[in-house]
Amino acid sequence: MTEMVYGTAPIRAGEPVLPRWWRTVDRWAIGCIVMLFGVGLLLGLASSPPLATRNGLDPFFYVQRQLFFGALAIAAMLVTSMLSPDSIRRLAVFGFFLALLALAGLPFAGTDFGKGAVRWYSLGFASVQPSEFLKPFLAVFAAWLLAAGHEVNGPPGRSLSLGFVLLVVGLLVIQPDFGQAALVGFAWMIMYFVGGAPILLLLVLGGMVVFGGVFFYNSSEHFARRIDGFLAPEVDPRTQMGFATNAIQEGGIFGVGVGEGQVKWSLPDAHTDFIIAVAAEEYGLVLVLLIIFLFATIVLRSLFRLMRERDIFIRLAGTGLVTMFAAQAMINMGVAVRLLPSKGMTLPFVSYGGSSLVAAGIGIGILLALTRTRPQGEIGDILTRRGRG
Amino acid sequence: MIRTPLRPLARILQARQRGENPDHIERENLRLRIEAMRDTARARAESRLLVMAGVFLAGFVLIGAQMALLAATEPMAPTPGRTEAISSERADILDRNGRVLATNLTTHALYAETRHMVDPVRAARELGAIFPDIDAARLERQFTDPNRRFVWVRARLSPEQRQAVHDIGEPGLMFGQRKMRIYPNGTLAAHVLGGASFGEQGVRAAEVIGVAGVEHHFDERLRDPALLDRPLQLSLDMTIQAVVTEVLSSGMRMLGARGASAVIMDPHSGEVIALVSLPDFDPNNRPPPPTEGEPADSVLFNRAVQGYYELGSVMKSFTVAQALDDGMLTPDTMVDTRSPMQVGRFRISDFRNYGPQLSATDVIVRSSNVGTARLAQQIGPQSQRDFLDKLGFLSGVPVELAETLRARPLLPGNWSELSAMTISYGHGLTTSPLQLAAGYSTLVNGGYLVTPTLERQPGRGVGEQVISERTSAQMRYMLHQVVERGTASFARIPGYAVGGKTGSADKPKASGGGYYEGKVLATFVGAFPMDNPRYVIAVTLDEPEDTTGSEPRRTAGWTAVPVTGEIVRRIAPLLDLRPRPASEIEQAMQNALAAAR
Repeated sequence: MTEMVYGTAPIRAGEPVLPRWWRTVDRWAIGCIVMLFGVGLLLGLASSPPLATRNGLDPFFYVQRQLFFGALAIAAMLVTSMLSPDSIRRLAVFGFFLALLALAGLPFAGTDFGKGAVRWYSLGFASVQPSEFLKPFLAVFAAWLLAAGHEVNGPPGRSLSLGFVLLVVGLLVIQPDFGQAALVGFAWMIMYFVGGAPILLLLVLGGMVVFGGVFFYNSSEHFARRIDGFLAPEVDPRTQMGFATNAIQEGGIFGVGVGEGQVKWSLPDAHTDFIIAVAAEEYGLVLVLLIIFLFATIVLRSLFRLMRERDIFIRLAGTGLVTMFAAQAMINMGVAVRLLPSKGMTLPFVSYGGSSLVAAGIGIGILLALTRTRPQGEIGDILTRRGRG
Repeated sequence: MIRTPLRPLARILQARQRGENPDHIERENLRLRIEAMRDTARARAESRLLVMAGVFLAGFVLIGAQMALLAATEPMAPTPGRTEAISSERADILDRNGRVLATNLTTHALYAETRHMVDPVRAARELGAIFPDIDAARLERQFTDPNRRFVWVRARLSPEQRQAVHDIGEPGLMFGQRKMRIYPNGTLAAHVLGGASFGEQGVRAAEVIGVAGVEHHFDERLRDPALLDRPLQLSLDMTIQAVVTEVLSSGMRMLGARGASAVIMDPHSGEVIALVSLPDFDPNNRPPPPTEGEPADSVLFNRAVQGYYELGSVMKSFTVAQALDDGMLTPDTMVDTRSPMQVGRFRISDFRNYGPQLSATDVIVRSSNVGTARLAQQIGPQSQRDFLDKLGFLSGVPVELAETLRARPLLPGNWSELSAMTISYGHGLTTSPLQLAAGYSTLVNGGYLVTPTLERQPGRGVGEQVISERTSAQMRYMLHQVVERGTASFARIPGYAVGGKTGSADKPKASGGGYYEGKVLATFVGAFPMDNPRYVIAVTLDEPEDTTGSEPRRTAGWTAVPVTGEIVRRIAPLLDLRPRPASEIEQAMQNALAAAR
């Protein structure tokens, strides 16, 4: 009777949300992210007081801000990582168009903070860089279109996603922000590659890049000089690059000691683009290798988890996200050690930056959600012996 | 929508025959197809993801390896903004006896790095209290200027000042090591040494560069790292220099002269033993160049080297020497000295009327303008010009001082007969005291050209012979007579056989055109001992006036000569010269004259 009157007592279908999340999510990756963030705070304690005093602020103003935005970013990461792939897709598509609109509106309402490139919206208490938020959403959106292209009788997903990516790249180039543009383009190419691009096409593309590089080198003096300057073995000690190189050399294996570093006084971007130089100078090679190890762990674990993934959309979206994350970290560190020409690119979670930190949190949250352990029908494969059999 | 034909169609046809719905089969086929596609795509993606993982791993390893490689190499550029270290080293300068004229001292410079400063306002105030000459308000503005990161506060600090700055306790105030050039003898030989200041400055060191004098002329040699431990030895003798400076400055004070100079030279090598120009300055604290007034009145002006003056009668010796050398004259030849002498509309007259004629010796001894002008008339302008050119009077005298570069004699535009006459007694051609000393060296050393030098060069000889040994001996005799019984009797120092010639030149008006009445440049140039001159001395006094008599006496005989006499009296013993009986000297002079004939 009771049941007829009050309805049956709700029965939990499956286990509760949080334990299931904890069981399926990549806990090692979360641990690495939190450690990276901790390292970032530690370095911020060293690298940002010069900037703060220059701007007439409390010495640890930027550290406090980093702590606040870091908490926000980790919260965003955890919440996003609990979403299901479907809700991720919906969120990303919605967010993509919002961010695209914001990006397109930059030339009219954005500000350049005196740095020569209009990339930010100033909200008073903080600034927002739409491209940072656009990146993870674009990866998911493009993956959805590419996956749709794999459907039999599906829409022309590849061309559509390429179109959107080119649109975003174009918008980034007019800011100008060549670094982000290259990053987005690179991520799409990797997604396309993993999604099954013909090898021949890749070879042709690679050939065109080399040919184009040679062409530009021969035709543009400015471009040629930059490349020559980068390739030259002698580094001018007055450039940012020179300071960074010098800092790494000063640091040696164990560093010059906490707070003893000098590079943070010389480099205007010590707390963002050249944070790794500060790490190398004060804590030495040991901390740098730890940072590299943490990044590599996150990237490789995510890639191996994606290898098992059967769903094309999840696989491609995850690939795009992990590529952006890895490439950004590699470009940042590669610049500091002169493997790459100078590009304004932050080190995810380590560098100072409010909105970029939150955006990176969302991006990694999506990646974590996509790499959660899911039943992949392996038993069915074994039983039916179809397909791969 | 493009419908892909599905195979195998056979099953569908069979199903139709059996009356089943073929759509099920088609759907089943589609499912199988998608599954197969998905499986191949997954297999492909798996391998490509593995490739990606390899690429990323390789990237991270590469970055780590590069980082390790960099960390293992030594840093090459210790100071930001510089590729090579600044050397502040500089060799010492010694006198001819090895006594130190210039050396280095380690000191500190004070600078501020404003970003390290805790309380810039207080720091500026305290610095103002330590250094009264610092403008504290300006310093405070510089310290608080957000665009300035770096402020030089002071180039040199004494240890006490450094401690006082330490005691401010301001972390933004920093010290940079400096080598400071120091001249332990103060003003002594100031014009020769010149001075040094900081060149390129870095935080840790600063170049010390010479700004004038030998410091400037030998700058590269003094800074040459290979020669740092080999000091530069000058020909100057510090003792002689000090005595000459002392006597000259007291003479200058007593006679109320505006300035004075003295040169002592070895006529057999050209080495300058002493070179004084008064007023002088302290090279440790070299004053800035004057921005107004006559540059020649500045303390920085080296009267002996930079000062080209019409020196008057001292030039007569060259006219007489040329006439003797050309054989148109002997010391006893009588010369027409009727005064005044009319040349065109000009009139040349003597200080006093010396009668209708004088012997050539007496033209020098009494200093007759008319007699010399008559000789110049006989010599002719072209010949006189060539002779003076040979002696170097038409071009500047080269010596190791930066200041000589721009100092040149003033020549007459047209070397006419009248010019030749005035030049013969020292008007119309300017000469520096150093050049005069070099010229007299040639007259008395046997006729060999002398190039002055300030660098100690043992074994340095003289140049080519321009006048004969005989003429030189005759000149020595005549110049000795000037002191013995002529215009320079105050220079008669018993036992040292001083000889020489006076010159009292009216100073030309600064505005140009004409000469001042009662403003003279008094010169005495001579040598000692006259039988075999070891030293040549040239002394000039600018506007001296002896007011001890009933009327002011300005001629060299009353001004420059007594000063020279006093100098010789004091330095001759220091120069290892022994006084000798007058008869012995007379004998030696006569012997030399006889030998020359």
